[in-house]
Amino acid sequence: METKEKIKTFKEPGKTSRLIAGFIFGIFFGFLLQKGGVTKYDVIVGQLLLTDFTVLKIMLSAVVTGMIGIYFMKSMGWIQLYPKSGSLGQNIAGGLIFGAGFAILGYCPGTLAGAIGNGYLDALTGGVAGILIGAGLFASLYPRLNRGILKKGDYGDITIPGLLKVNEWVIVIPVAALIILFLIWIENRGL
Amino acid sequence: MDIFTELRWSPYIVGTGIGVLSWFSFLILRIPLSCSTSFSRTSGMIERIFRGKKVETKPYYQKVKLVIDWQWMMMIGIVAGSFISSLLSGDFNPEWVPAFWNSTFGHTPFLRVIVAMAGGILLGFGARWADGCTSGHGISGTMQLAVSGWISALSFFAGGIIVAFLIYRLSG
Repeated sequence: METKEKIKTFKEPGKTSRLIAGFIFGIFFGFLLQKGGVTKYDVIVGQLLLTDFTVLKIMLSAVVTGMIGIYFMKSMGWIQLYPKSGSLGQNIAGGLIFGAGFAILGYCPGTLAGAIGNGYLDALTGGVAGILIGAGLFASLYPRLNRGILKKGDYGDITIPGLLKVNEWVIVIPVAALIILFLIWIENRGL
Repeated sequence: MDIFTELRWSPYIVGTGIGVLSWFSFLILRIPLSCSTSFSRTSGMIERIFRGKKVETKPYYQKVKLVIDWQWMMMIGIVAGSFISSLLSGDFNPEWVPAFWNSTFGHTPFLRVIVAMAGGILLGFGARWADGCTSGHGISGTMQLAVSGWISALSFFAGGIIVAFLIYRLSG
């Protein structure tokens, strides 16, 4: 917990500043999503049909940039990480349901907001109504699911370096290299 | 300033930008970027209008409080940012039916909206079940090398690819 002591030197923003900061982050995020074309149904479904790799190119370059930056900042003691805890029952079953919705709706939660800003009315009406119903439905079923499937195969908030008990950079560097090689391979195939 | 009026940027520029944004999220907000919890809060807040305060006692809303937080404001910001970007490039385009959908299923807005709603229900339900979406798990989780993030991201795309092929390769 020594990192926790160190990051206290960075002042944590108050409640109102967090709301304002969130809004500003959103403007940048939405601007980038729209410029990347991922506020569009056609681009997202094209990715899932494996004909247009824009979504993966954006996600994977964000992951490489983000990963190297945050692990660097962590090793400098500037930040701490917040990996989510999870389980097989949570992440695989929930992930597959999410994936089905992703393909049928053609937007994910973040790009749905971007699609609304872009003017897409299917996102604003059916998309928003559906996601709110789905989230509400889950809240109602949560107690029952939490006693059963959500706890199956629990692995907590472990990271890959933690799981393999190795130095973080032993994983960060090869993962970054593999992602870059994958992106080069995609480009070479003209995708 | 031509760059702001361009229709599209390279996906690698956009991805790198999102990666840099995530650094500042860790530094300033002290939390990774994520999106889908806001839909739970909104859903609960709407339910509270009709059913009153007792909605807050649901176990899930004890965990995910019915408040407007930074992420909720970020979602509004995403709408605004995308609107600004699309206005600047002349890409703002109010339409009901996406072109690719139209080429297979026709131009009826009703059909598209109903299917979008069905997809939205699965998306909202699945995001809460998996405890994250394409942002929280797919980008923020994977970049932290979280096991939950990688397993979720692979499941998102596995489910998405299978269903997209079922929809378009069988009917198209």
